[in-house]
Amino acid sequence: MSYIIKGETGDWEVVIGLEVHAQVTSKAKLFSGAPTEFGAEPNTQVSFVDAAMPGMLPVLNEYAVEQAVKTGLGLKAKVNRNSVFARKNYFYADLPFGYQISQFDQPIVGEGTIVLDMPDGTSRAVGVERLHLEQDAGKLVHDMHATKSFVDLNRAGVPLMEIVSKPDMRSPEEAGAYLRKLRAILRYLGTCDGNMEEGSMRCDANVSVRPVGSKELRTRCEIKNVNSVRFVMQAIDHEARRHVEVYEGGGKIDQETRLYDPGQNETRAMRSKEMAHDYRYFPDPDLLPVELTEEFVAQIAKNLPELPDDKKARFEKEYGLTAYDADVLVSEKENALFFEEVAKGRDPKQAANWVITNLFGVLNKKGVGITESPVSAKNLGRLIDLIADNTISGRQAKEAFEAMVETGKDTDAIVAEKGLKQITDTGAIAAAVDQVLAANADKVAQFKAGKEQVLGWFVGQVMKASQGKANPAMCNELLRKKLAQ
Amino acid sequence: MSSELTALTIAEARSRLRRKEFSALELTEAHLSAMERARHLNAYITETADLARERAKDSDKRIAAGEARAMDGIPIGMKDLFCTEGVQTTAASHILEGFTPPYESTVSQKLRDAGTVMLGKLNLDEFAMGSANITSYFGAVKNPWVPKGRNAELVPGGSSGGSAAATSAHLCMAATGTDTGGSIRQPASFCGLVGVKPTYGRCSRWGVVAFASSLDQAGPITRNVRDAAIMLKAMCGHDPKDSTSANLPVPDFEAVLGQGVKGLRIGIPKEYRPDGLNAEVNALWNKGIDWLEKAGATIVDISLPHTKYALPTYYIVAPAEASSNLARYDGVRFGLRVPGKNLDDMYAKTRAAGFGAEVKRRIMIGTYVLSAGYYDAYYVKAQKVRALIVRDFNEAFAKVDAILTPTAPSAAFGINDKIDTITMYLNDVFTVPASLAGIPAASVPAGLTAEGLPLGLQVLTKRWDEETLFRVCQSLEDAAGFKGLAPL
Amino acid sequence: MSIDNATVRRIATLARIEVTDAELSTWAGQLNGIMGWIEQLKEVNTDGVAPMSGGTDLKLTLRADQVTDGGIVDQVLMNATEPQDGYFTVPKVVE
Repeated sequence: MSYIIKGETGDWEVVIGLEVHAQVTSKAKLFSGAPTEFGAEPNTQVSFVDAAMPGMLPVLNEYAVEQAVKTGLGLKAKVNRNSVFARKNYFYADLPFGYQISQFDQPIVGEGTIVLDMPDGTSRAVGVERLHLEQDAGKLVHDMHATKSFVDLNRAGVPLMEIVSKPDMRSPEEAGAYLRKLRAILRYLGTCDGNMEEGSMRCDANVSVRPVGSKELRTRCEIKNVNSVRFVMQAIDHEARRHVEVYEGGGKIDQETRLYDPGQNETRAMRSKEMAHDYRYFPDPDLLPVELTEEFVAQIAKNLPELPDDKKARFEKEYGLTAYDADVLVSEKENALFFEEVAKGRDPKQAANWVITNLFGVLNKKGVGITESPVSAKNLGRLIDLIADNTISGRQAKEAFEAMVETGKDTDAIVAEKGLKQITDTGAIAAAVDQVLAANADKVAQFKAGKEQVLGWFVGQVMKASQGKANPAMCNELLRKKLAQ
Repeated sequence: MSSELTALTIAEARSRLRRKEFSALELTEAHLSAMERARHLNAYITETADLARERAKDSDKRIAAGEARAMDGIPIGMKDLFCTEGVQTTAASHILEGFTPPYESTVSQKLRDAGTVMLGKLNLDEFAMGSANITSYFGAVKNPWVPKGRNAELVPGGSSGGSAAATSAHLCMAATGTDTGGSIRQPASFCGLVGVKPTYGRCSRWGVVAFASSLDQAGPITRNVRDAAIMLKAMCGHDPKDSTSANLPVPDFEAVLGQGVKGLRIGIPKEYRPDGLNAEVNALWNKGIDWLEKAGATIVDISLPHTKYALPTYYIVAPAEASSNLARYDGVRFGLRVPGKNLDDMYAKTRAAGFGAEVKRRIMIGTYVLSAGYYDAYYVKAQKVRALIVRDFNEAFAKVDAILTPTAPSAAFGINDKIDTITMYLNDVFTVPASLAGIPAASVPAGLTAEGLPLGLQVLTKRWDEETLFRVCQSLEDAAGFKGLAPL
Repeated sequence: MSIDNATVRRIATLARIEVTDAELSTWAGQLNGIMGWIEQLKEVNTDGVAPMSGGTDLKLTLRADQVTDGGIVDQVLMNATEPQDGYFTVPKVVE
């Protein structure tokens, strides 16, 4: 699925690289013992270190190091046994030290790969350039005073993993798929909660365009801090079209940092980033190099959970699912867990079908996630069991499922309440079959003359006679037997 | 009585306090009145008399209860670079004027825990940048030593000039200093005192206003070697709040005193004897070599080939780190703020008004050497040369146990002498190599110039070997028979 | 290598230190003097030498992921100029 912008001068393609800032799921900050919780009163989660008071020194949080290594392994990336924290020097009101402690030429994680599964069934590998640890900045509040901005340092020093992709993406859809896949991996690993609304996962998109067929990399613009996958896709689309318009109008694109305004669906240059930067990176002399032992990395590798790609492959192999179904099921760790609970000891294809077609349909309509599903995995499994042992028919199962969604009651309770037991008594069904055959001698004759399609009609009649409770397969079987006589 | 009390060493005062010959409060009062009489020296930025009396009384209670701590009741001065809870901490800069830390630096806390009585906050060069204590926003400090036969006010050296002046003039029994390129040793030499810069990582840097993080190290300035051993022990030890603090046991430095230098090999580096070395300094150094030889040490000629590059290396590394360390002084969270028409204007005006000329100079150099296009040529190059300087010392310490050099190229000079920037920087030519290498170093007063001004000799040992350092220092002290100033 | 007025201006802007136009050449002179003296480092052969970083050969110590700090907003703000409603304040910033 190629994404081409049709310009007046020809076709253009977009070149996208993404920088994702993922907050490590730690209790304390990267270099201090202050908490990281979201939504606290201003400056209540600030230590003297976070406020860069004179003489304060950073001490590295070992958990953040572990999580970065874990994420690196999850991205099948090279973990650097030696890495260095460096100071990125610049002045801003949200940056108390006057520098951000980050990593520069020696990040903790090097090159890796993320495989994107596109909706058309194709897959595409996007390179990860690096992953490094760094501190988050504080927050500025602009609307509390006419002439002042207010500074809240609660977020200052919160540990972030910056995950930088290579400029490998060529459409907003790919960018969206990359973000969803990265988020899934992070959530599988438990290293970041992936919550974009609360800002624990944020995305900067580097966008440029070039004529189709060209290999050049033109000037890129960086769109900062977009806070949903949909907005990232919209922002990229908008920005790419803006570039094409500028080029075709004979203009040039300036390398700059821009903000996306979802309300207006437009990007604009950030005034605070106008000044040319010279970050003067150098190794932070308050910290020593991070040296990881082979055992430390091996221990984390050993305890790595199964990740989406592996799980998908296993679902295809072990359960015989289609690539598409497997992909849908593994996209969220909780969905995969739910499915596996339903599928345990049952027909996996039927389980997948129920989860994807019926349950996800309902959840989407309700706008809730699987963890808030009104139907538990246990109850859905029970429903499938009742179908399998012919206690209820497929149609009855759908009826029961609707009631379960509605009421949240157990499967057995609903089935009993609604009297949904199907008739599997051969005698009772045979009697109904006989009755239908006797009343429709003309149709019997048609069947015997070779018009086999009337069998379906007979089944329908028998079902109708039993008020839908007869087992359709048994009806079918008995009808064939009797018609053959 | 009063001047007799201020003349005591820590070791003497310690035992006489325990014998209750006088109280900690009396000892403190004696110092407080000496401070009052000697305000013309400008040694203290902030005097904390009430706090001192309070703490002295606490000491007396502990002494009475038989619970005396290692330095209980000893009145000391605190370089105003150590953050002290509830007491203004300025780093001698306008930009921090009025700053009252709500926390106590690890070193000052340890000294407090050892029972010392803080008399006040001592003057220094602004942000510890200087070798003469003339860059303080709160005015120059005067050296209590005066030259014979001429009327001149001399500098006490720097940056721990207030610490040296006060200790030498008996305005405290000892003082804390910090040493980035010689800021403990050079003023100790200029004021006839013992100054010890321990191994980088011995003393916690937590709560000490940073100048250059990879070089800054706290240490004591005292009137004799034993006092330095006592005080250093109280100051150092592992601090989990400082990632560069050593998790190593702290030796009992005092216990090695008296062991002498018999059998030790003492290196004499030829590079410390450049053409044009001050004749008096040269002669004193030769004397020091004789003393140690007579005391049973073996003298070994050694070479530290990259010595002459230490100072330019230092003037890249230290300003680079400083330019970044001082970025936090932006008028937002503490200290001076000068209003501006926008955020950047506020920063630029605040920092222009808040920093003095020398600090600005170093920030500008540091910003330049880190800036795009120059980083490799300057900063990376300097860190490579620094590695070579470390290698020089490692090779030397394979052959010798300690190294003896002069501390400074001259005795104290005049406060009003016109000295150009580079000549001023050259004051640290003998002290900077040890700072770059992170090795322990001390200055011991060894003699007087013809004008009667003190000169020190510097002893260096390998990392973590302060015990040998103290042995050599004491041997020099014994041989020199140096007499400090009488109380004013 | 020579530091001109434009370089001084750029450095002063990066360092956020206000320098008037009149001061530029004084600064250029001073910085050139110091940097000229520093140039002697070029004589040193540093081929194959790994740059030192930090002042020690010790190993980095790390902290456990435990909340041990925070909840001291009054102390954090006590030295600030014009704090308000629990915030530090700065001249209005347009982002």
